[in-house]
Amino acid sequence: MRKTLTALALVMAGAVPALADIVVPNLSYRTGPFAANGIPYADGFADYFTLLNERDGGIGGEKIQVPECETAYNTEKGVECYEATKGTGAVVYNPLSTGITYQLIPKVTADGITLYTPGYGRTSSANGKVFANVFNYPANYWDGASIIIKNMLEQEGDSLEGKKIALIYHNSAYGKEPIATLQALAAKHSFELVEIPVDSPGQEQKSQWLQIRRDKPDYVIMYGWGVMNAVAIQEAVAIQYPMDHFYGIWWSGSENDVVPAGDAANGYKMISFHGTGADYPVYTDLKKYVYDAGKAAGDGSNPGNVLYSRGMYAAMVISEAIRKSQEIAGHAAVTPAEVRDGFEALDLTEARLAELGLPGFAQPIKATCDDHGGPGTAMIFQWDAATKKWNAVSDWLGADTEVIDPLVAADSAAFAAENAITERCN
Amino acid sequence: MLYREAGDFKTSYASDSQTFPIRFDRWRYWAVVAVAFGVIPFVIDDYWANAVAVPFLIYAIAAIGLNILTGYCGQVSLGTGGFMAVGAYACYKLMTAFPEVSVLIHVLLAGGVTALVGVLFGLPSLRIKGFYLAVATLAAQFFLVWLFNKVPWFYNYSASGQITVPERTILGVAVTGANTPAWAKYLFCLVLLFVLAWVARNLTRGSVGRKWMAIRDMDIAAEIIGVNPLTTKLSAFAVSSFYIGIAGALFFAVYLGAVEVGEAFGIQKSFVVLFMIIIGGLGSIFGSFAGAAFLVLLPVLLKNVLVGQLGWATDLAAHVELMIVGGLIVAFLIYEPHGIAQLWKLAKEKLRLWPFPH
Repeated sequence: MRKTLTALALVMAGAVPALADIVVPNLSYRTGPFAANGIPYADGFADYFTLLNERDGGIGGEKIQVPECETAYNTEKGVECYEATKGTGAVVYNPLSTGITYQLIPKVTADGITLYTPGYGRTSSANGKVFANVFNYPANYWDGASIIIKNMLEQEGDSLEGKKIALIYHNSAYGKEPIATLQALAAKHSFELVEIPVDSPGQEQKSQWLQIRRDKPDYVIMYGWGVMNAVAIQEAVAIQYPMDHFYGIWWSGSENDVVPAGDAANGYKMISFHGTGADYPVYTDLKKYVYDAGKAAGDGSNPGNVLYSRGMYAAMVISEAIRKSQEIAGHAAVTPAEVRDGFEALDLTEARLAELGLPGFAQPIKATCDDHGGPGTAMIFQWDAATKKWNAVSDWLGADTEVIDPLVAADSAAFAAENAITERCN
Repeated sequence: MLYREAGDFKTSYASDSQTFPIRFDRWRYWAVVAVAFGVIPFVIDDYWANAVAVPFLIYAIAAIGLNILTGYCGQVSLGTGGFMAVGAYACYKLMTAFPEVSVLIHVLLAGGVTALVGVLFGLPSLRIKGFYLAVATLAAQFFLVWLFNKVPWFYNYSASGQITVPERTILGVAVTGANTPAWAKYLFCLVLLFVLAWVARNLTRGSVGRKWMAIRDMDIAAEIIGVNPLTTKLSAFAVSSFYIGIAGALFFAVYLGAVEVGEAFGIQKSFVVLFMIIIGGLGSIFGSFAGAAFLVLLPVLLKNVLVGQLGWATDLAAHVELMIVGGLIVAFLIYEPHGIAQLWKLAKEKLRLWPFPH
């Protein structure tokens, strides 16, 4: 065993990447039951930083290093990845896993590094008064649940009274997040909520869909991820559930999820906090500097799809926050603490998005000391199986803050009490 | 050459039946203990503690626990993950209910709670054996995971069902929570492992262990010579679950800091610990250490070689890593079915005769 340790020590000594520039680790998963969704996200994330490095020479003259570390959506590997990359001067983490996020929240707070979890993670980290180092703008799980209900209200003429809505969810921290919100909304709009858990990874859902077939809910909301999404959509097709009454949160609405069900998936709805498709001007530059130069991540089949766009969205927000921090600090080689300040001072306007080649791609964000949650808006998209495209079927919708704000306040207060955190920003 | 046994005489029964009868082995043991306690805490950093040392120490405790049940007493168990979950959730409930009590006591109590649960699920072992018992413990695994997911009381009604460890200190130094220094994490686990391994080694050498082994080798014969199967099997379940519960409590409180039961304590955890004792060596304390080291260190080592040194793509490296670990497991089972402990024993025999083998 000592021999193994010595060998390991030798390997480790050589394994530390050269200290350089700004490090943004990409905690990705290209293996395991969640790989189908992890790969496009990781590709979009990496490609956007490659574009910045190739076209602009990085941000403010500093190259961005994006070392990749495979987590397989597993918390133990996530810890290993965090510890392995932390020492290289990493400024921000985006683990794309709610489980890993829960683990990293106390760690990044102790280490003074930023955790950016767009659309996932711990919802109440939107409260910057308690979560100094965690940012989850532009929208969170609870916003998502509320926006879906809002869209249903619009369809049903502003009343869901007596309706039955089923929530089919990944039985993990991620899937359980919206339950409290939906319960509060059920009380407010007097509909009945049926909770149907699916154990990870979710390849077997016969009994859940049998229950849906028996209960006949008016709407089904899905909080799924990985292989669970595609299976659920196929099962919904099998019981002939009306697809336009089936809604997915943004993690349950990618091409990989609907394509296996074929034409029958037509009409499936999902919500997203950013646009999709390869029609944005930024793709001209991506093609020129990244794809054609042979520097694309992965196999290059993903550009323009929903999760690729989301990976790119996260990379874009991170790069803008780094730019902001350089502006505040007055120098290009920013430290993790300065990047955190950049996140808190981020002011992403529509004009800036257009400048970046992403006009109308997302909503503007203006972060403040106590607001780490952003505008909380999203759009509803509907799948068109014939053209294999997601079409926007609503305008930007906002969440019901009257319901969500007290929930965020209560959950973050509980966290503050457990960890003896005094509120900032007062 | 390595083993100079000339002059190593035994003049009393006590010295002849000690754990390490060969002088050189004894010295090596003390050297390892001295390095583990006296050197590593001063040089360990966050990466080594969190990615290598702490998981190794915790899995070693779990492997010793399962080895007592499966390796020494012959009762196959696939419920390790579920019992670890009992330890973790018991520790969490105790820590949040009695914040003023030391975390060390909570960890030990969590082990005690798991021992009770283990005895409960061990009762069927009096009637069913072998594969059928494995299936019964598998039921325990699924039931316990379902229970901790289903009943919100266990996770204090948190929105996501995650349990997150609060910060606790021993003698003013944090041992749980994010502000824990690397050496404190390491030492806390090491002290527990040292004591538990020492107790396990001596239990298995004494009458209790002999009873377990008698039941393992042939339960009817054991019963005829006066071994009570009820107390023997249940004591094996109790002691084993106590160890596994402590491992689960440490896994949650010291290593990960936040867990959700399905992801951290699922069926794959039961298999990993079972692989550890099969590869390390059934019925051997050293084998538990060797198996834990093999399955914790090898993937990290391979990842660092393939991605860090050779610069492979992370997905390719992850796939190749699975293939190499899987291949090595199969190779081990073919070439040395008794595990690393047996290899070690053979090497030692050869070294004692070297350079004049007969």
